[in-house]
Amino acid sequence: MREEIFVSGRNIPNIDPYLNIWHWQIPTYLFLGGLAAGILFFAGLFFIMGKEKQMPATVKWAPMIVPFALVLGLFALFLDLKHKLYFWQLYTTVRFTSPMSWGAWVLMAITPVSFIWAASYLREALPKWDWKLKMLKDFEKWVIRNRIIFAWAMVILAVILGIYTGILLSAFNARPLWNTSILGPLFLVSGMSTGAAAIILTSRSHEERRIIGKIDLLLIVIELFFIIHMIMGFLAGSEVQLAAAHLFLGGQFTVSFWVFVIILGLLFPALLEILELFGLKVPIVLPAILILLGGFIFRFIMVEAGQITRYLY
Amino acid sequence: MRYAMAIDTKKCVGCSDCVVACQTENNVPIGFCRDWVTETVDGTYPNVTIELRSERCNHCDNAPCVRCCPTGASHFEDGGIVLVTAHKCIGCGACIQSCPYEARYSHPDGYVDKCTFCIHRVRKGEDPACVSVCPTHCMYFGDLDDPNSEIVNVLRNRKFKSLAPEAGTSPQIFYLV
Repeated sequence: MREEIFVSGRNIPNIDPYLNIWHWQIPTYLFLGGLAAGILFFAGLFFIMGKEKQMPATVKWAPMIVPFALVLGLFALFLDLKHKLYFWQLYTTVRFTSPMSWGAWVLMAITPVSFIWAASYLREALPKWDWKLKMLKDFEKWVIRNRIIFAWAMVILAVILGIYTGILLSAFNARPLWNTSILGPLFLVSGMSTGAAAIILTSRSHEERRIIGKIDLLLIVIELFFIIHMIMGFLAGSEVQLAAAHLFLGGQFTVSFWVFVIILGLLFPALLEILELFGLKVPIVLPAILILLGGFIFRFIMVEAGQITRYLY
Repeated sequence: MRYAMAIDTKKCVGCSDCVVACQTENNVPIGFCRDWVTETVDGTYPNVTIELRSERCNHCDNAPCVRCCPTGASHFEDGGIVLVTAHKCIGCGACIQSCPYEARYSHPDGYVDKCTFCIHRVRKGEDPACVSVCPTHCMYFGDLDDPNSEIVNVLRNRKFKSLAPEAGTSPQIFYLV
């Protein structure tokens, strides 16, 4: 029987009794970033496929949420910083070994792209909108002519944005729950799934909702596979990874994870979408909202549970 | 030049002088500490063994905190000492998340702080504060690349271990067991 304690009276704020230095700001940003990545990915993808007319919400309307989501997410990140006045130091260097540095630069690139994409459809959404300045009107014409370039930029940047949040967490080898390379793809698929759910909520076309609904169903299946794969990986891993898996298999996060993330956030919406494909009338907002909530709670649980897992003591 | 520390767990009495000396020397804010003493008790009474360890930042060779820092505030200085440049630190906490030894903390002024191996004393040829006040002289600090140093001698003659080597960080504090 082994007992290990601090005898010099250590009780550092945010570090003891267990690490809790990241709070609501980080899961909020992870959710908004994933959502933005999902929406922009599908917008770019369907534009490149030439489906701009058949999928209006995917290509034109849902991306109008993205600038707000990204700004809110960036603000949440800024709030999390403890040395706020020095935040600009992030942009004085590119550190290839730090996923956080990649993220800072990807956000720097994708935020203006999302603003420009949404702005280029503004006059279609609001016919009375007038840019007033000739420079802006000429810029709008140029963007509309070269949308394909922006679409490709969006697809590539959206995938990086969606996957780097998972890679960021997996780079922290001291947190066994996060230190799995499947977290990158898992967060990407989860982000794309929440993006698809948001598109479904903004869409007025039954046909468009069916297509995105089927894609969302596939993404949910892949996400479930990744989650099971992740837990199996932990169960076949070292002692600290077994302890990490135990948090979800009998530990303090068991109920919230399986009920809110798996059943309500993934299985139940998937079931509803399958029933809808067989003709049952389901109010479309229900699976979409459940997926969004499930994705949000999943990130909250991952950030808090990850900080509890550790190597020592 | 590779600075490291060796701490004799058989001589440590858990007096915490190293903790207080560090706080005094480095103006550590009240409620925070850069080093601490851990007691590990194995077995059941009356067959128990105790190991006392003074722990701190291990100034790892493969430091994850340096790897994860987005601004380069966490960096290597002379002899492999890991330092934080306060005016480059944005307080994101990535380094705190990546340290398996829980050695870093968020200073009230906003930047991240931790043991510096008293680099300001080391550069003058002195030992870190914790090493110099230890009443049982159980702590050794020196250059692993100097074959004549006390630390190399003690590591050659005694069995030692480091903490959580499976974390892959290659820590440079060795506990003589």
